[in-house]
Amino acid sequence: MPKISMTVNGQAVSGEVEGRTLLVQFLREHLGLTGTHVGCDTAQCGACVAEVDGASVKTCNMLAAAADGAEVTTIEGMANEDGTLGVIQQAFQDNHGLQCGFCTPGMVMTAADLLKRNPNPSEAEIRAYLEGNICRCTGYHNIVKSIQAASAAMVAAE
Amino acid sequence: MAKDSGIGASIKRREDVRFLTGAGNYTDDINIAGQAYVYFLRSTVAHGKLNAVKTEAAAAMPGVVRIFTGADFAEVGGIPCGWQITSRNGEVMKEPRHPVLAHGKVRHVGDPIAAVVANSLAEARDAAEAIEVDIEDLPAVVDMKAAIGGDAPAVHEEAPDNICYDWGFVEENREAVDEAIKGAHHVTTLELVNNRLIANPMEPRVAIGDFNRASGESTLYTTSQNPHVIRLLMGAFVLGIPEHKLRVIAPDVGGGFGTKIFHYAEEALCTFAAKALNRPVKWTADRSEAFISDAHGRDHVTKIELALDAEGKFLAIRTNTLANMGAYLSTFAPSVPTWLHGTLMAGTYTTPLIYCNVKAVFTNTVPVDAYRGAGRPEATFQLERVVDKAAREMGIDPVELRRRNFIPADAYPYQTPVAVAYDTGDYHATMDKLVEIADLKGFEARKAESAARGKLRGLGIASYIEACGIAPSNLVGQLGARAGLFESATVRVNAAGGIVVMTGSHSHGQGHETTFPQVIAEMFGMPEDMVEIVHGDTARTPMGMGTYGSRSIAVGGSAMVRAAEKIIAKAKRIASHLMEAAVEDVEFKNGEFTVAGTDKKIDFASVALAAYVPHNYPLESIEPGLEETAFYDPSNFTYPAGAYACEVEVDPETGVVDILAFTAADDFGNIINPMVVSGQVHGGIGQGVGQALLEGAVYDSNGQLVSGSYMDYAMPRADDLPSFTVDHSCQTPCTHNPLGVKGCGEAGAIGTPPTVVNAVLDALNSGGINVPHIDMPLSPARVWSAIEAAK
Ligand code: FES
Ligand code: FES
Repeated sequence: MPKISMTVNGQAVSGEVEGRTLLVQFLREHLGLTGTHVGCDTAQCGACVAEVDGASVKTCNMLAAAADGAEVTTIEGMANEDGTLGVIQQAFQDNHGLQCGFCTPGMVMTAADLLKRNPNPSEAEIRAYLEGNICRCTGYHNIVKSIQAASAAMVAAE
Repeated sequence: MAKDSGIGASIKRREDVRFLTGAGNYTDDINIAGQAYVYFLRSTVAHGKLNAVKTEAAAAMPGVVRIFTGADFAEVGGIPCGWQITSRNGEVMKEPRHPVLAHGKVRHVGDPIAAVVANSLAEARDAAEAIEVDIEDLPAVVDMKAAIGGDAPAVHEEAPDNICYDWGFVEENREAVDEAIKGAHHVTTLELVNNRLIANPMEPRVAIGDFNRASGESTLYTTSQNPHVIRLLMGAFVLGIPEHKLRVIAPDVGGGFGTKIFHYAEEALCTFAAKALNRPVKWTADRSEAFISDAHGRDHVTKIELALDAEGKFLAIRTNTLANMGAYLSTFAPSVPTWLHGTLMAGTYTTPLIYCNVKAVFTNTVPVDAYRGAGRPEATFQLERVVDKAAREMGIDPVELRRRNFIPADAYPYQTPVAVAYDTGDYHATMDKLVEIADLKGFEARKAESAARGKLRGLGIASYIEACGIAPSNLVGQLGARAGLFESATVRVNAAGGIVVMTGSHSHGQGHETTFPQVIAEMFGMPEDMVEIVHGDTARTPMGMGTYGSRSIAVGGSAMVRAAEKIIAKAKRIASHLMEAAVEDVEFKNGEFTVAGTDKKIDFASVALAAYVPHNYPLESIEPGLEETAFYDPSNFTYPAGAYACEVEVDPETGVVDILAFTAADDFGNIINPMVVSGQVHGGIGQGVGQALLEGAVYDSNGQLVSGSYMDYAMPRADDLPSFTVDHSCQTPCTHNPLGVKGCGEAGAIGTPPTVVNAVLDALNSGGINVPHIDMPLSPARVWSAIEAAK
């Protein structure tokens, strides 16, 4: 079995994987980073989104071996150094942007990606950007509000 | 000023911190050392005779531990049904056996045939491909009308006509209803379909069986809304495990919406296999598997008739419904089209005569059961669609027609002609609120503006009521329930004064860990962070009946209040001893016990300490300790109600429907956490819009589920929905539970579908076209075809 190494949330990690092992399986099963979820088998739901080399990726749609040498950030790497919630995470709590929490890691990772590209998105831009993420609980109302709040907080902090 | 603590405060959810940092503990996040993995081989045909399942070659493949087939479960009970319905002729419903693994026959695509246990999931899946299944295809029946047409194949030998039951309600009203309809000034008739839906919580189902040979205890970790109910059904009826040897744990659960209420074959298989193999056994559904193994929802075909007098007063309603049960009876399936549907046919109106006939039909499809709202959405959809059609036919404004028929605010308690008695309500108030916040007066101007851009703008209105907090046990028992529907709670005060509440309610996104402590904090005058909630584990909580039908705060919360009241009563007696006062003179307020007319006082923590360190304590008359349990069985359902409005724009060139605004005015009685309540409404609206515009489980005539993955089943996404305006300021508190609460979890899913459909049809009855009805989902193709046909 091939040995792969990568940096996940700032830590160097490595492991042996089968050729068919998906990145999401490597994160969840080999590294115990269970915040990245699996909600579908057709790359439609976005519960598995993480950041790989600066871009948001559906980790159910990428082989672990393909991430060899990559820089990966998962939801476990989104809190502040002192363990308090990061700006986007805090905005989700403040605005009740989650209910069961299953889609939430993917939503936060997608929101981070959006805000990096477009720090001040309109409501329509936010809704369009969430196209690859499904939430069944919230009706998206408060997710959109959370991302707007995170945007405002990040712009204000600049 | 808004409160920042206790009942009525929008405090932030404590559970969010773990969900937002990836520290949640969902069932699939659990791995037990040495676990094996199960893969289910499922039927790919909808109906067939199972001649042979040959497993020898597969069993010899790498990593395979054991392969189970139907034969292994011949001595084991089938999956039980929890509700029995009696037909009009007095016969009880047909209740064919539902085996854990198919035996003799398969009856729907997805029916499990074999369970392969292997050291890894990949090995289990590989081995499953090597199993040789000899199936003789039988003709399948999917369409309900065809199923009961006489020459259709029988899904079960026990029900040759494919009818599970033929239920009439209220049977004594039938002739009077017929008479009233015959003699009415106007009768509006509507035939409609309530589309089959798939609940699709984002977390797929998972089950992990574990067996401890030392203690003889089986443990099941499962994605469930009600671990105690699973323990009861699986332990007693399927596997025969005594309750004290079976523990069911439902940790963080990623949404349920009904589909995680029911007891499923996979739970029984994993528990059974773990004991047989003396090894933990784990199953995780993938999404495509969920589509053919989770219970589906809705699926009614109905004809409804509404009789009116010349002034538009409703005189009578007659409905005939075919309700799909699928291939087997899921846990609560028989109750959904009957007692959860027929009893709501009065809606918010004074219609004096109602008759409802429901025929439940077996077909070669996935079993159907309760989905968010369960029965109430079906009732509301029929009613609010037929009322809207009547308004158009009679030329009466739809808001005005509803108002003419609302049960007046001074008529409570109000006995409906369909068995239930509403305790409180004020439907004019929610409608007034809606008219104001949705700016209905401004609609015509907005419509003109849309018309200028070539778009058809429509305004849809609906009024709904639902029955929540399912109870009381003695009533539901008479109606055929095989379980009680109370809830229990234990309130444990710790020695230093902190409180732990153990509840039978289960949170799968509703926020109990935050809202239940708000109630306790208010009662005891302490900060919320002194209160902890324990739920989701049969070993750590008293008996429970779980969370569905918006019963958590109304029933579970009331049990908690009753237990807390016992604590306060005992604590007062302890305090009276400590303060040397008569117990009648002791008052408890803001966390302090005082003696009337004196300056004596003692705080709650000191009383708690005295109960556990009983040095100066009336041991001769009061037991030490401060822990109480209450079982609460409500005397009635609760009746949340509201009025919804939706504005859409239809593009007549493409049939695309765009929701521009959605407004909800709800009456949920008293509210514990307004932020959480709004969130529940938002989610319900999202699912309601999904049903109205996008979602539908589609079978082809051979019984293949065509919409069997997210590639084909249209889940609502962020840009399918607008931001919503919701208001819960109209409050008529429930009179029979101690909190005055009604329940809010399903409202959006109930009120939304007719609102959206009414809006689209309003648009399609302008500009010279006239479309009487379109069945959901209102896809662009359907809308466009209806426009073309009406031209
Ligand atoms: S699990 Fe990756 S998109 Fe659904
Ligand atoms: S919060 Fe449950 S799926 Fe989004």
